[in-house]
Amino acid sequence: MISSIDLSQPFAQHALIAGSLVALICGLISPFVVTRGLAFAVHGTSELAFTGAAAGLLVSDNPIGGALAGALIVAVVIAGLGDRAQERDTAIGVVLAFGLGLGVLLLSYYHGFATAATNILFGNIFGVSNDQLLVLVLIGIGVALVMAVVYRPLLFASVDVDVATARGVPVRLLGLVFLIVLALTVTAAAQVVGTLLVLSLAITPAAAAQRWSRSPFLVTALAIVFALAAADGGILISLSSTIKPSVFVTFISFGIYLLSRLAGPLVARRRRRVVPDMVTHA
Amino acid sequence: MRFGDRVLFEDLELAVGAGEFVAVLGPNGSGKTTLLRVLLGLTRLSSGGVEISGRAPKRGSHDVGYVPQQRAFDPDLPIRGRDLVRFGLDGHRRGLPIATAHSRGRVDAAIRSVGAEPYADAPIGLLSGGEQQRLRIAQALIGDPKVLLCDEPLLSLDLSQQQVVSELIDRRRREAGTAVVFVTHEINPILPYVDRVLYLVGGRWRVGTPAEVLTSEGLSELYGTDVDVLHVRGRIIVVGSDESAPTEPGGHHHHHDEHDHHDHHAHGS
Repeated sequence: MISSIDLSQPFAQHALIAGSLVALICGLISPFVVTRGLAFAVHGTSELAFTGAAAGLLVSDNPIGGALAGALIVAVVIAGLGDRAQERDTAIGVVLAFGLGLGVLLLSYYHGFATAATNILFGNIFGVSNDQLLVLVLIGIGVALVMAVVYRPLLFASVDVDVATARGVPVRLLGLVFLIVLALTVTAAAQVVGTLLVLSLAITPAAAAQRWSRSPFLVTALAIVFALAAADGGILISLSSTIKPSVFVTFISFGIYLLSRLAGPLVARRRRRVVPDMVTHA
Repeated sequence: MRFGDRVLFEDLELAVGAGEFVAVLGPNGSGKTTLLRVLLGLTRLSSGGVEISGRAPKRGSHDVGYVPQQRAFDPDLPIRGRDLVRFGLDGHRRGLPIATAHSRGRVDAAIRSVGAEPYADAPIGLLSGGEQQRLRIAQALIGDPKVLLCDEPLLSLDLSQQQVVSELIDRRRREAGTAVVFVTHEINPILPYVDRVLYLVGGRWRVGTPAEVLTSEGLSELYGTDVDVLHVRGRIIVVGSDESAPTEPGGHHHHHDEHDHHDHHAHGS
């Protein structure tokens, strides 16, 4: 079956390049999504990227531009909602529902290709044009660069906000920067797996990686590996079938998670050594 | 050697010397946290000035170490004890946290200095409160600060853990001459180590040794109501005549009274 895959086709090469890029940045940000409790924010951002994409499609036949605009607007709004998780998630839920409705309305006025709507929702990696690929490459480079700069203080602010604040880390600014990075990543990931399935690349890899290690650096590295395996594996399998790659991406991603869940807790238990607090070092 | 640490706060003039252990006491809202924020360089005084070893407080300065309250971490959080300590070294700096031989050596030394080697590689979410606070002290001391600012670091620790953590802080200031400013509701665990007490109540203040400040007369005047200071089995208990009066030191009604039966029963009598 594998031998039947023809990788000399430009569309297959484009798909693999785009998939790898998206997997790389998804893996990079996914541990922060989990640590900062932003799973629902990712979902909200991608659903409103759908609304944006529908608007973009209708107005200028440019879904990726619209998705980007929608995701960025949502990122800024979520940042404005502050750190109170409950209030934030409620507001996201409220806006998400409205945004989806608006997206469906916009699509009902669209009379182009019938597959355009499902492509936004479930991805269309084999239809990536040269221009779209360029946009993805630029987003990938931008996200990777920003993450390389903010990684350390962002990690500090994400896990230890009180001390990070006391040490002068610009906690709020980093929160906004991360949400913008998230919006860019979600938009890129939506091209591969679609807006509905973004979470399979933006959360699942980190959730699986956390079962193998508690070193933040190693967890990030593993999340990238898992995301790459899911994205490229899904694309390769899909090349030899008629089923959309997003299906296989989500399946592989979930499979890795299940495997990690079964193996992971042993790691944590073995590492735990109980030391009584009475031990003092005079 | 001398570090001139000078603090001014709300008509308050206070110089904390190298190696001095100062406890800051007072009811909620009396400005204890604000005082810490001023020293951390996060808040500016409306008037007056502050200097830490001759310089204005600056965010992220290595002159200042900060030990927060113990708090719960998610058990799944991918952060080990040593990562927490590492934050104290360079967590505020841009870039990737790539471990170098130098940073690893500094982190290991800080972990050793608080005796946290056995659990330094365990996930932070699986550590006890006492283990966590020891790592917090390593985190605060890794930059070799001249002043250690402690914001209720003993809160929600049990009695033996409180003792271990207090001893660590005391040993550090004796060995390295680090000045300690220790905000607390509860003076008793640190009473053996405290040189001076700063007691803040509604803009008024007293400063001096615990024996000078923690008297019935002094605190009654400070609170503007009758307050009794009792000495029971080497502990100090402050008892007010009405509920709005003191809850500190020793009263401690908002947090974990279970360890302080004496204080708890004494209040309100």
